[in-house]
Amino acid sequence: MSSIGTGYDLSASTFSPDGRVFQVEYAMKAVENSSTAIGIRCKDGVVFGVEKLVLSKLYEAGSNKRIFNIDRHVGMAVAGLLADARSLSEVAREEASNFRSNYGHDIPLKHLSDRVAMYVHAYTLYSAMRPFGCSFILGSHDEDDGPQLYMVDPSGISYGYWGCAIGKAKQAAKTEIEKLQMKEMTCRELVKEVAKIIYIVHDEVKDKTFELELSWVGEVTKGRHELVPKDIKEEAEKYAKESLEEEDDSDEDNM
Amino acid sequence: SVNGEWRSSKVSTGTTIIAVTYDGGVVIGSDSRASMGGEYVSSRVINKVVQVHDKIFCCMAGSLADAQAVTNAVIHQLSFHSMQMGEPPLVQSAASIMRSFCYNHRDELSAGFIVAGWDSKRGPQVFQVSLGGMVLEQEFTIAGSGSTYIYGYVDAKFKPGMTREECLTFTTNALSLAMDRDNVSGGVVHLAIVTEKEAEKQLIPGNKLPVIQSLE
Repeated sequence: MSSIGTGYDLSASTFSPDGRVFQVEYAMKAVENSSTAIGIRCKDGVVFGVEKLVLSKLYEAGSNKRIFNIDRHVGMAVAGLLADARSLSEVAREEASNFRSNYGHDIPLKHLSDRVAMYVHAYTLYSAMRPFGCSFILGSHDEDDGPQLYMVDPSGISYGYWGCAIGKAKQAAKTEIEKLQMKEMTCRELVKEVAKIIYIVHDEVKDKTFELELSWVGEVTKGRHELVPKDIKEEAEKYAKESLEEEDDSDEDNM
Repeated sequence: SVNGEWRSSKVSTGTTIIAVTYDGGVVIGSDSRASMGGEYVSSRVINKVVQVHDKIFCCMAGSLADAQAVTNAVIHQLSFHSMQMGEPPLVQSAASIMRSFCYNHRDELSAGFIVAGWDSKRGPQVFQVSLGGMVLEQEFTIAGSGSTYIYGYVDAKFKPGMTREECLTFTTNALSLAMDRDNVSGGVVHLAIVTEKEAEKQLIPGNKLPVIQSLE
């Protein structure tokens, strides 16, 4: 696999001779161990989908949510250490709230993303603290700037995207996302595709059951970030399951 | 008063300030008198219309020192905010920053403001930020000691969606009337006209002000 740090990986305040900060890279590994979360931006909004693995039958349905509301118009989907992610969601909420208090209007998503990314970056500078072990995707929609999507990773970088994936199946998910023409789709169409992608990348063998978490923000919700209503979610899951069966059938024909 | 008590009073901008939106822009105006104790005119030509950003202006009323301190702080914060956002600030943001100063330091300050300008999100806007930190958005607003004499005039004569010329006439008439009656307002009229394209400043000397013989 990768090189063992050999002493350069003990703290985030140390570079390795080849210019890497190993602690940050190890933090990114923590994200890769977590189940997948995706966010896609379309013509009139943003849709999030999270593959929430159910580790015990005793869990209450809907607990340990991985999609958070940061402000009325901003949603955040996370992957990695859930406790770290919850802490960052509070940071993001305070930033958004203080901005509104100081400047009188909703925080623009790019600015929120930059501010939280700066906070995450601060934890990559000191030996006394470990970096955050989570990545997250922020999405929002407003009348003037339209739909926006940003992703922040443990190194403290933030990028804007049309579609992105984080977690264990991010490569497979990215491949599926790239097949979509998201710029021409509406949220209603996209919801079904997001559900389908999560079902596709879910590994039946290694991971057992999972719960699909779906949320959206866009013209369809009048700019508010909300969980997708139950009936639309059921329809999307039905579409996802049927698409998978079709693909399985077509595989059998080839044999 | 006999003993010159004006000497120990603070410089105030007993003032008339006004801001009026019209179709496509906003006109902001003030008089130019700074007085002490209501007796001594310490300056007859100060400009109470301060530019806090390319397309946003502030009018000062009350204690001149307090007003200047606050507007300087707003200019500083607003320029930083605008650079962080990477785009010109909203008039709403300028008013909010102004408000937070006025509210958090309400016990030490004695100044009121009008914040007016143009932004790409909501076009021309006028906000009144009063003494204790209240913010009120209005189509037009007047403030300062001289404003009390012209409430009747502005209430009767204002109409929304005026042309630029109509708005200029309305504003200069209002200021003239107030400056004629209020002893602590006077001098020249300072104007700023802000539209999508530009922010233009004008000065109307005292002898060029409209003389209003009768009102119809």
